[in-house]
Amino acid sequence: MAGSASRLHRSEHRWALAFVAAPVIGYLLFTLYPVCFAVYASLTNWNGLGVMRFVGLDNYVRLLSDANFLESIYNTFFYMIGIPIGLAVSLALAVAMNRKIVGLTAFRTIYYVPVISSLAAIAILWQWAYNGDFGLVNQALALVGIDGPNWLASTFWAKPAIILMAIWKGLGFSMILYLAAIQSVPRSLYEAAQLDGANGWQRFRTITLPMVRPVTFFLVVTNVIGGAQLFTEVNIMTPTGGPEYSTASAVWHIWRQAFKYQQMGYATAMAIVLGLLILVVTLIQFRLNRRNSFDID
Amino acid sequence: MSLTTAPSRNTLGFTPPVRKAPGRAPMSRTTSTRIGDWLVFVLLSVGAVVMIAPLAWMVSTSLKTKNEVFALPPVWIPEVPQWETYVRMWQDSSILTGFQNSFIVAASVTVLGMITCSMAAFAIAKMRLPFRNLIFIGMLTGIMIPYPTLMIPQFVMFSRIGWVDTLLPLIVPAIFGNILVIFFLRQYLENVPNSIIEAAKIDGANFWQIFWRLIFPIIRPAVAAQFILWFMMVWNDYLAPILYLNTPERQTLQVVIANMNVQYATQRDYPLIMAASFVALLPILAIFLIFQRQIIESVALTGTKG
Repeated sequence: MAGSASRLHRSEHRWALAFVAAPVIGYLLFTLYPVCFAVYASLTNWNGLGVMRFVGLDNYVRLLSDANFLESIYNTFFYMIGIPIGLAVSLALAVAMNRKIVGLTAFRTIYYVPVISSLAAIAILWQWAYNGDFGLVNQALALVGIDGPNWLASTFWAKPAIILMAIWKGLGFSMILYLAAIQSVPRSLYEAAQLDGANGWQRFRTITLPMVRPVTFFLVVTNVIGGAQLFTEVNIMTPTGGPEYSTASAVWHIWRQAFKYQQMGYATAMAIVLGLLILVVTLIQFRLNRRNSFDID
Repeated sequence: MSLTTAPSRNTLGFTPPVRKAPGRAPMSRTTSTRIGDWLVFVLLSVGAVVMIAPLAWMVSTSLKTKNEVFALPPVWIPEVPQWETYVRMWQDSSILTGFQNSFIVAASVTVLGMITCSMAAFAIAKMRLPFRNLIFIGMLTGIMIPYPTLMIPQFVMFSRIGWVDTLLPLIVPAIFGNILVIFFLRQYLENVPNSIIEAAKIDGANFWQIFWRLIFPIIRPAVAAQFILWFMMVWNDYLAPILYLNTPERQTLQVVIANMNVQYATQRDYPLIMAASFVALLPILAIFLIFQRQIIESVALTGTKG
């Protein structure tokens, strides 16, 4: 009896292992092995084809004084200014949509269209929209009497231009998540607060904001991870990294070093630094989240 | 004309039985709510115009003549829509091959990938799996590693076996499964009672039969939702394709339009660029408009459960 049960278990084990085999093999082949290889390659001078000459930590020392790399890291952080702005706007939109007004579905669809649109096509569109003389953005600004800059050619305006576009593209996604979170807040909470005489803003601050906290956390974490990997917008809208490298993102810089200049070893070192930066920032966020969180029920 | 037009919609499906009307001044409350609704409606409309204007302008530009593109003051609606631009763009044959290549990649990744993902999710959620924790932790660390860190070693791997300038590097790693999809399906499977699986075992079904005849039909809604989201993601991917694909007729659509953007901008042929870009986002736009309710619901679900 016990024997047959364990035989059944063993057969189930084999089936289960067979069922997870593909992702496990995929993980070993396409994640674990490349990571180990990357760690080694980052310690070498290597053009991707020839011999890998071991140089120790030289690449890591070099990148600390590589002005372009540091600029690209700075730019990458700069782009993240758009994250809190985008979240604030999308939360406001979600609160606004949490009412019984006409055309809600249409609004939801319209705000979501940029999210599903191909980033390459959107970047092409916005590059043209930011054209100083004939672009949509400056035409719209001219309607209210503002003489807009030549956005992508200006060291000052190029990054804000990309941020603005990214906010526009991501708004619908955060809005949908916030809307779902707001709609699951028990209405009794609002009613109790109302009886206590809390006004709209107080109800928002003391009920809505804490209740959507998990969504905010999720969005901040995923937006930071995604924002740290910004590439498509930069490569399409500013193919040379913008005026004086002002739009070059970290991934764009790594990509160029690796695939245009064949500095594979050095680029791998930069990619590892970027990966570690993302990891550290994410861990810090989880720590902060745990410290500030509290139980609602 | 209900009096309970409170700012929050009740999703719990019950109304407090005691309160028949808001306690204070019901009239002023509804009027203020109604004014608020109008204000919100106007604001959302302005926002909607901002959201849709760039896309509308993209279509408008694609229908302009080259002169209208550079006209000052700007032309918003072309005098004679240049539909022939949409015919002319196909002369650049890489658009057609771009569509084909993007479809091959997106379809094979999602169809095969969904099968591996659902099998793995089933094993993790419902089967006696040895090394479960090890497998779980391993996959979790996998999520933490961003693609840019992996792209150089992966590129070298695939170039050594001669896969550069083929679609294989875009397809093969993905069909081994996507960890986030597996996690999502596993979540969904948690709600499936174990008893039906036990019953099927007693009936003598093997695990493949249990998976294919019993589990897969149950999780089909979740699979469909993830399928669409994944398809969109692969269709819109740009970084991996530009690493691997050099020959124009082997490139995916996103790379093709990006190259056209560079090439035709020097000829100032913006109508053509806009037409091609618009056509490139049409398939996904169509899928979205057809399945928007399901897509938005599954996005909301993924985010709140995630």
